[in-house]
Amino acid sequence: MTAKKPSRLSYLTTGIIKENPTLILMIGLCPTLATTTSAGDALGMSAAASFVLILSNVVISLVRKVVQPSIRIPIFIIIISTFVTIIDYALQAYQPSLYRVLGVFVPLIVVNCIILGRAEAFAYGHGVFDSFLDGLGNSLGFTLLLVVMGSVREFFAVGTIFGKVVTPAWYRSAPLLFMIFPPGAFFLIGILKALVVKFKLGK
Amino acid sequence: MTNLSKIFIGAFLVNNILLMRFIALCSFFGVSTSMDTSVGMSAAVVFVTMLAAWVCWVLWHALLLPLGLEFLRTAVFILVIAGLVQFVEMFLKKYVRGLYSAMGIYLPLITTNCAILAVTFLNVDYGYNLLQATIYALGVGGGYSLAIILFAAIRERLEDSPISPSFRGYPIAFVGASLISLAFLGFANLFGISV
Repeated sequence: MTAKKPSRLSYLTTGIIKENPTLILMIGLCPTLATTTSAGDALGMSAAASFVLILSNVVISLVRKVVQPSIRIPIFIIIISTFVTIIDYALQAYQPSLYRVLGVFVPLIVVNCIILGRAEAFAYGHGVFDSFLDGLGNSLGFTLLLVVMGSVREFFAVGTIFGKVVTPAWYRSAPLLFMIFPPGAFFLIGILKALVVKFKLGK
Repeated sequence: MTNLSKIFIGAFLVNNILLMRFIALCSFFGVSTSMDTSVGMSAAVVFVTMLAAWVCWVLWHALLLPLGLEFLRTAVFILVIAGLVQFVEMFLKKYVRGLYSAMGIYLPLITTNCAILAVTFLNVDYGYNLLQATIYALGVGGGYSLAIILFAAIRERLEDSPISPSFRGYPIAFVGASLISLAFLGFANLFGISV
């Protein structure tokens, strides 16, 4: 490790690729697999989780000086669940069809390890703006993987991406339905992770 | 098939919490590296899921609903589970040493185990009564144990298998999980229980 203070920009970029929360650190797997049956749903889930992650990072870094270390976890959980409740009710009111698809995964954002992990590892020890950047970077990394997973699964199982037809009619009449079912999700993330490992080994 | 056994089979096999609903995957991949840890974790999950299902059901019907505080559900349930886990840990440590040594170290991990929180939410969403909620919690805990113990057996074998370097570790575990999940897909519509 170098003694040099990491730059502001690196707070933003680390979470996107180098320490991508889901693909490299392997946390927050549940929504990654469960809500990526289509690219649109994946984007909706990432938006909801990003909202909670960025705002809870900011608020936790705002209150970090007054929160005693011994009670920090319950405080984090209360802050996070406040934002989860907000997004839960907002989705119910404004995006009811998306809310029906995501179902229990919206309230479950509260136990998403990425959010509590960033609160504990970053926001509790850094300034407001840095925590915002860190939250944004991790959100982008999470969103990137979810949208890739959603697009690939939708492409193979339905023949569309974001609802746009991208395959010939003969494919759509007999698509690879496997990908939209749970086994397809496990299989796809296994392949993606293997590609990441291969890329790292190659370097 | 009675209603109760349908709830149990649905939670245990057809909508298996790990393999079909993708809940609590962090612990699924995290602790399934050996049989011992999987069994310990399963015991802790079954135990705490039941307790949490009861406590949260009673809180929801006796406190939050009558007072019109439905919006506090997320915050209250997660705090109740966190407190409950802490309490169970202290109680077992003091009075039931044998059980504590078997599952003590897994208890703190359980707070962020989404299976437990999911059961408490789903009991509310499905409108279950206390008996149905108990059976559902038992089914989910049992399904969790079944999946994680099956998976641990496979992963112990994978350790010694010749696997291409880029697939070693997590990637092959995911592919293995995909195959078990494919087998569980065969339970779809068992006794007419839909996925």
